[in-house]
Amino acid sequence: MSAEQVAGALESGMTVGIGGWGSRRKPMALVSAILRSPVRDLTIVSYGGPDVGMLCAAGKVRKVVAPFVTLDTIPLEPHFRRARQAGEIEFAEYDEGMFMFGLLAAAHRLPFLPTRAGMGSDVMRVNPGLRTVRSPYEDGEELVAVPALTMDVALVHMNRADARGNAQYLGPDPYFDDLYAKAAARCYVSCERVVDTADLLKEGPVQSLLISRSMVTGVVEAPGGAGFTSCEPDYGRDEERQRRYVETGVDEQQG
Amino acid sequence: MSSRADVCVVACAEAFRGDGEILAAGIGGAVTVLGARLARLTFEPDLLTHDGVCLLTGDVPGLGQAPEVVEGWLPFRDHLWLVLNGRRHVMLGASQIDRYGNTNISCIGDWARPKTQLLGVRGAPGNTRCDPTSYWIPRHSPRVFVPRVDMVSGLGTDRGAFDLRRVVTNLAVLDFRTADGSMRLASVHPGVTVDDVVAATGFDLVIDADVPVTREPDPEELRVLDRLDPARTRDREVAA
Repeated sequence: MSAEQVAGALESGMTVGIGGWGSRRKPMALVSAILRSPVRDLTIVSYGGPDVGMLCAAGKVRKVVAPFVTLDTIPLEPHFRRARQAGEIEFAEYDEGMFMFGLLAAAHRLPFLPTRAGMGSDVMRVNPGLRTVRSPYEDGEELVAVPALTMDVALVHMNRADARGNAQYLGPDPYFDDLYAKAAARCYVSCERVVDTADLLKEGPVQSLLISRSMVTGVVEAPGGAGFTSCEPDYGRDEERQRRYVETGVDEQQG
Repeated sequence: MSSRADVCVVACAEAFRGDGEILAAGIGGAVTVLGARLARLTFEPDLLTHDGVCLLTGDVPGLGQAPEVVEGWLPFRDHLWLVLNGRRHVMLGASQIDRYGNTNISCIGDWARPKTQLLGVRGAPGNTRCDPTSYWIPRHSPRVFVPRVDMVSGLGTDRGAFDLRRVVTNLAVLDFRTADGSMRLASVHPGVTVDDVVAATGFDLVIDADVPVTREPDPEELRVLDRLDPARTRDREVAA
């Protein structure tokens, strides 16, 4: 399918999870298609990077759920900053590990998972949706009950996929893209190249097959589809394009 | 002759003394990463160090160099596991820090409508609740050392921090070895006075009668530093 068809399958008010991490392997071709679509009032769940910034700059976002928003080599994402400082968006702030437990809970259809990450911090103050639970065992420890980060749709960008949605990462880090796929009702995968199923193991070992077609609704072939974010080993981050994005709020190569 | 940055790197390295076979993690930049690598190459050889991406390095490469030997894989999901497991000592940064070591990297001003949005809390809540944590603050000033942080990202000793070890700045080393866990001036760097530190700190420090001077690197440490950072990137990170 096309990126436009993915964007067309979204509705205003949906909760959308976006894979990758910071300015790494973000599904920017799909994000750009959302920018050109009429959807709005989205809740974005993300280890945030320019995906969050771009959607905020375009007024598509009602709420961001994230432990950070960064461009990695440029620490502060300027468009997310501006939206926060202007009071334009809601923000549910999470610790990084706590956020992973929210993904794990959703992927396993659990209402929550307990963790120590967050206890004692102001995350518990500013995010009143977070509650605590006491261990039922002898230790009796009080822990954060991280609610499942369930999503209507997840968007991820991978190196390769077959047409049915078996998707492969060839870089050094899977990030959490498989958890996004498992946590969402529907997952759309963009990839650098669609290949025959029989060719998937020619480029990487079986462990690189991160996402199964059973969790994927549609596949988009989008060479360069991570935009200026990194997509190792196909390409690294395009620092010059990222700098231009910081200045203008748009990535002219993706419109 | 050692520079202020050299002294800071050694003070960061000293934070890892006695840690043994755990991950010594810097936040990136030159000083914290060099501190971890210097400790491993000198007095704490069992430390694990990483490449800043997702490799545990078998050798100890210079700044910006790829390792020749890889001894492990640490993608983000395992890094987050390691944080909960506790076998990690990280040197974090902070935009604000108070007398008990509560730190803020999230935002300045009211969280609901911040004057300045920063990174978000990242992993600071979990790091400080589960692991030994130290801090590197390259610009010691009353804007950073504040009576009260705007948003507690990393926990202080009064909020259940697991083990706050030390705060290294461009002026001094501070720790929390006091009866109530408040911040103490552990040493001042060569050329810095106690009054300089007091003037740069927005709350009352615990100051012992005799404040020692932070030790300078020995010749072997200087040789290692010159190999790890021949371009002296570290000097550009440290305000004198």
